[in-house]
Amino acid sequence: MALRTLATRKTLGALSTFPQQLRGLQTFTLPDLAYDYGALEPAISGDIMQLHHQKHHQTYITNYNKALEQLDDAIAKGDASTAVKLQSAIKFNGGGHVNHSIFWKNLAPTKEGGGDPPHGSLGWAIDQSYGSVEKLIAKMNAEGAAVQGSGWVWLAVDKELKRLVVETTANQDPLVTKGPSLVPLIGIDVWEHAYYLQYKNVRPDYLKNIWKVINWKYASEIYEKECP
Amino acid sequence: MVMASVTTLASHLTSTFTYAPEFCRLSQSSHSSQRPCTRKSVSGTISASIDLKPPPYALDALEPHMSKETLEYHWGKHHRGYVNNLNKQIEGTELDKMSLESIILASHNKGDILPAFNNAAQVWNHEFFWESMKPGGGGKPSGELLELINRDFGSFEALIQEFKLAATTQFGSGWAWLVYDIEDKKLVVLKSSNAINPLVLGSYPLLTLDVWEHAYYLDFKNLRPDYISTFLDKLVSWDAVSSRLEAAKASIEGK
Repeated sequence: MALRTLATRKTLGALSTFPQQLRGLQTFTLPDLAYDYGALEPAISGDIMQLHHQKHHQTYITNYNKALEQLDDAIAKGDASTAVKLQSAIKFNGGGHVNHSIFWKNLAPTKEGGGDPPHGSLGWAIDQSYGSVEKLIAKMNAEGAAVQGSGWVWLAVDKELKRLVVETTANQDPLVTKGPSLVPLIGIDVWEHAYYLQYKNVRPDYLKNIWKVINWKYASEIYEKECP
Repeated sequence: MVMASVTTLASHLTSTFTYAPEFCRLSQSSHSSQRPCTRKSVSGTISASIDLKPPPYALDALEPHMSKETLEYHWGKHHRGYVNNLNKQIEGTELDKMSLESIILASHNKGDILPAFNNAAQVWNHEFFWESMKPGGGGKPSGELLELINRDFGSFEALIQEFKLAATTQFGSGWAWLVYDIEDKKLVVLKSSNAINPLVLGSYPLLTLDVWEHAYYLDFKNLRPDYISTFLDKLVSWDAVSSRLEAAKASIEGK
């Protein structure tokens, strides 16, 4: 095992396209979407998808990587106060990367199942906890609309209690900040950049329409993994 | 007879207070027609709902630096929404008769925030923001304001850098401020999240920049730094900042 790791490191070291491995620090790159920017129309415009992915998410990644490098440096030097000072940038930008990576998987074009309601155990659990998918959606939309400023609304499963939970987070706080055993199933970005060009100030319209492209299949997979 | 005298007093107050940053405003909402006039006249005071104050310039006057479309949404929808929602929240409560600033302080409740705070503070913040800009703004401050800037920041350029940094690094929604600190009697740059403003932070606000995404998304998309630079280069009203500084010092000296 150790020999194999050594061999890998050497090989990678020879390829100078992996500078991050040379430093021993894992940095991040923008994940691709599984669909074209325009594929979620008319629920979410192609313009928004492109800006959201190529600019906003990319910026979180760029700044997260920068903060990680600075943190790595501070830790190596034993500079505790710098390490602590970097935490808000890490939480914000790292959270932004984590949250958006989930978000892209939460969405799918209608012709690939986006908007198709959940079946199987997740559908059953929703009916048990909320009465129906429609009632769950209404609850999530109400909570999403009520988020003051920027944030996210989530459907989650508590992996300890095996229970569905609706939660909101502020800014780019990841869901775990609301509970360490919460696993995100669906996250909806309610930052203004997620909808403003298309829906302007009318966040409730965005929330009503996004359900047409929500990828319940992905949510079900995650749920079934946590609650087999 | 009673109704007539209420109306006369009403129109007098309207004309006097149209552009003054005063607190007692008359309701222009449709609720006023439902209020029984006898209640108003018996109490001797006008039950004042908060009104939507327009910017001190036309909605297209800040073009091309801030578009008419942005003003139409930002003032016409967002700011108006805060006003309407606040009025709905305070109607019939003891907050209903209070000035906007008093509502803010009362609902901030020393940090144990009550429901009306968000709307009240955002109404105040947006009024203050429109008045922080003017057509043909930008340039440099002068007089006492410039002296204090040089004293407290080292130079005007240093202030600009610090203000830009605050505005850029306000994560999520919020505001960047130049304030006059009442205790230390000096200029300070602050940033705040969501609706928080210096009134509840114990300092005297002099200048603000809205960095909620709705403030710049239509004109600048994700490029907040460009929006910040444009505000400082082309829109900021240093005259307004100077007047506010004068008022700040006068009110502090007066205590």
